[in-house]
Amino acid sequence: MTASHSNPATDTPTAGVARGGEPQPPTDWTPDLTPRGGGGTLARLVQFFSSLRLTVVCLALALVVVFVGTLAQVEIGLYAAQMKYFRSLFVYWQVPGTPMRIPVMPGGYLVGGVLLINLICAHARRFGFRRDKLGLLLVHVGLILLLLGQLATDLLSVESAMRLTEGQSKSYSEDQRHSELAILETTAADANQVVTIPESVLARKQELRLPQLPFTIKLHAYWPNSTSVPPAAVTGPSLATQGLGVRTQFRQAPLETRMDRRNVPTAYVELMTPTGSLGTWAASLWFDPPQPVSYEGRTFELALRPVRYYRPVSLELMKFSHDKYMGTEIPKNFSSRVRLRQPETGENREVLIYMNNPLRYGGETFYQSGYDERDPRVTILQVVRNPSWLTPYFSCTLVGVGLGVQFLTHLVGFVKRKRA
Amino acid sequence: MKKWLPWLVLALFTVWVLAALRSPRESSEYHTADFGRLPAVLNGRLQPLDSVARNALLVMRGKQSVALDGGGQLSAIGWLMEVTMKPEVADTRRVFRVDHPELRGLLKLPLEGSNYFPFTELQGSLEEIEKQARRANGVEAATRSTFEKAVLKLHFALNTYQRLKNSLRPENSTDFAADLRAYREALAPGIAAVRLREQGKEFNREDFDRLLKLLRNFDAMANVAYPLIVPPVHPEMAGPTWSNLGTSLMESLHTEQIHPAAEAYATMATAYRQAKPAEFNQALAGYRQWLAGQFQPQLDKGWWEFLFNSWRPFVKSIAIYTLVFLLGCASWFGWFQGLNRTAGYLLGLGFVVHTAGIVFRMALEGRPPVTNLYSSAVFVGWGAVGLGLILERLHRDSIGIVMSSALGLTTLIVAHNLSLDGDTMEMLRAVLDTNFWLATHVITITLGYSAMFVAGFLAALYIVRGVFTRSLGPETRQALSRMVYGIVCFATLFNFVGTILGGIWADQSWGRFWGWDPKENGALIIVLWCAILLHARWGGLVRERGLMNLAIFGNIVTSFSWFGVNMLGVGLHSYGFMDKAFVWLMLFVVSQLALIGLGLLPDRFWASLRTPLHPRPARAS
Repeated sequence: MTASHSNPATDTPTAGVARGGEPQPPTDWTPDLTPRGGGGTLARLVQFFSSLRLTVVCLALALVVVFVGTLAQVEIGLYAAQMKYFRSLFVYWQVPGTPMRIPVMPGGYLVGGVLLINLICAHARRFGFRRDKLGLLLVHVGLILLLLGQLATDLLSVESAMRLTEGQSKSYSEDQRHSELAILETTAADANQVVTIPESVLARKQELRLPQLPFTIKLHAYWPNSTSVPPAAVTGPSLATQGLGVRTQFRQAPLETRMDRRNVPTAYVELMTPTGSLGTWAASLWFDPPQPVSYEGRTFELALRPVRYYRPVSLELMKFSHDKYMGTEIPKNFSSRVRLRQPETGENREVLIYMNNPLRYGGETFYQSGYDERDPRVTILQVVRNPSWLTPYFSCTLVGVGLGVQFLTHLVGFVKRKRA
Repeated sequence: MKKWLPWLVLALFTVWVLAALRSPRESSEYHTADFGRLPAVLNGRLQPLDSVARNALLVMRGKQSVALDGGGQLSAIGWLMEVTMKPEVADTRRVFRVDHPELRGLLKLPLEGSNYFPFTELQGSLEEIEKQARRANGVEAATRSTFEKAVLKLHFALNTYQRLKNSLRPENSTDFAADLRAYREALAPGIAAVRLREQGKEFNREDFDRLLKLLRNFDAMANVAYPLIVPPVHPEMAGPTWSNLGTSLMESLHTEQIHPAAEAYATMATAYRQAKPAEFNQALAGYRQWLAGQFQPQLDKGWWEFLFNSWRPFVKSIAIYTLVFLLGCASWFGWFQGLNRTAGYLLGLGFVVHTAGIVFRMALEGRPPVTNLYSSAVFVGWGAVGLGLILERLHRDSIGIVMSSALGLTTLIVAHNLSLDGDTMEMLRAVLDTNFWLATHVITITLGYSAMFVAGFLAALYIVRGVFTRSLGPETRQALSRMVYGIVCFATLFNFVGTILGGIWADQSWGRFWGWDPKENGALIIVLWCAILLHARWGGLVRERGLMNLAIFGNIVTSFSWFGVNMLGVGLHSYGFMDKAFVWLMLFVVSQLALIGLGLLPDRFWASLRTPLHPRPARAS
């Protein structure tokens, strides 16, 4: 059969050498793929999925995917590489100059998925529950939990950022990657109604008709990343006929690959009424203040802004401290003293958020993430909602204990043999 | 003789190691060592002037001392005294390393001969260097050519040198002590004149001008002086920090007093210039006494770090490991007992010195052992030597000795080269400033690296001995195979746990357990490789030789994770882009691939396997 059966020189801890006796073929696992005894398709499948060879192949593929994906980060940036290599079933290669995409290797999801099935099958079929396999079982259950937990994180977690100036209070955080077109009705002074249109809809460049708005939105252009055109380089009139975009022109830019920068999208939207066009506005993340629009006595504000996540709790930045080491620019510590207010529960307390010490509240975690080089009163907090954040803690405990048990068993055996 | 020879060698080396702990002999009448122990603040940390001098020299010329033209060596602190107090002499010392041929061409330096040049030979080209550096600075770091990097490096070295020159006194002052006396006298009338002038009243023009002239000099000094050598006036109050001499003298405008440290340094500077060692030593002793009043801890820190600098435990370990390696290899060819024991004892001594060095550094920094790439190299070597000692104790076949001395030696040399970037005890950026995670995650993962290299080296030993010598008998093969397997298990445990701990740290500080950051991926790749190795073996996909080849490939995987990812220059973890290191990394990878190639050779090419295996024939008489 396989090599290790006739290889008594190696001291396999799991199988192969019976305690204190002659080498014996292992009975509890079957490493090869060849079906024996004429099993049906199902048996063959189970055998395939529980084989150790498949494990090794999957691990090797995983290694290749991780390696190539890491190198790719230099070219396409961390986020794009992550989507292409790790969060995918296949890694495609786009044939230059054509829209054709050829799968060249499996992606992280496929390798991870097969490995997961492999692990479960192997345990169901080969190991069962035996005392001397306890370490192995713990390790593998931990790994299964880790893989599932990371999948859940990928699917469920939401990351955003909260930028606060001292004295400012916010009950929302902003997405660092995705933007939305927001139209806010400000007609009534006390009741603001907002309509938001996500990027994915903008990218389709369709005409949008929304019941809350008296006009339809026609998209002339949508650029996921853009830069402003310097006044000297302007060649023709702007696409925009209204608002800030008349004077400031933009052009499309390649997508950002650096991790510390974000794409700055710009959209050119025309507002159409039954009586004709109100004009075309440039809605851009480059513009900070929203642009006013009025029609038939109703007033609106139009802005392209990061997607916002509202929550019932608000944070007010009381004091931001940024310490540096004596005589240098090396940051020593950042900390944000914030006041947390939750009107529903009446909570109102001060919290200190600093490096390596986040605030966990309402299923979300607020981390001290950064600062603004130009404004010492600004803190940037990272907000993460990750329902499965605890799984790595459980799984690492399981695997750690499992590896420890396995390692100790081996060590004890080794020392005993050595003494003998 | 055989019995006591190992002990004798051990005793000799122990004496050699301990002797270096004595205070260095003074080569002149000046109390150089005491001057080197004076505390200062640089890079955000308190350190003795000796460290300031050594690190500056490392950046400039890659060594911690200066070779003198007429033969002999000038110590780092001796050089710093010249730079700060007698710059016209320091200008003639060959301290600037310029080895890029294009840069030498540009600066009209001789293309052949010494790589080290004195300031006097570069002086004429300062403007050109400045111009080239300004241009190179505009180029993005990742795309700079070797020439641009060489220009920037030289520019930085010259800049540091100029700043050092103006650290203890303005460069152009001839008698700084006299300048300070004049300043003290000019202070009160001068300030009065300034106040009157502000009020628009009549003031004494002469007093005003006299003060202004002095202040101009001090202000220039405040802008460039390098280490902060003046302790705070009121250390008991929160907030005050150390300042450089120029800043301190400017502050005298408010306090109307001159800081005792400034007075002391001025006296020393003048005495040194006028070649009056007795006065210099007296001023130095007086200043140390003054410091002892309020700054005893700082004085102690300077004393201890000076001792660490002059002891140089890791250099001692390198020497010991080199000898151990040679003795260990020799023991396979004859007189096994004596050589094995001598090598074993010396290895133990090397390990003790290595450990002492690490503990000393930890005490100085108040940190766990691994805080940057430099200390990780020191620690990887330490872990490997520790594992080797255990293996040697179990097997007594010199394998552990050869392995651990080779790895200890290599990693310490790597560490030495990493130390050329300057201060190796630099302060930690905010996110790394946590002793808990440094002590858990970083240590675990670094021990994991050690284990990977140990397994890889043992496997390489298996192949080299098997192919080139007839010494790889079945017993040795089995022993090596078992060792490699056991060490890989150990490596798996440590790398996995270390990686997971890293994930937890990331979850605590960045809000995600896993972010596919290059350093994280590097750690994951090692874990995957360990898993492949173990599963391939359990599944019978590889036999003994295959296991060895996989373990050698583990060296490549580990070196990529350790150094390669830092060269990618992306991600939150990247803390150093090193291109010279890249060449070395590639050479290492090629060497490991060559070993694997040897490992794949059929049996008939293996000296140990060619003939039917039997014990080595007894030497014929």
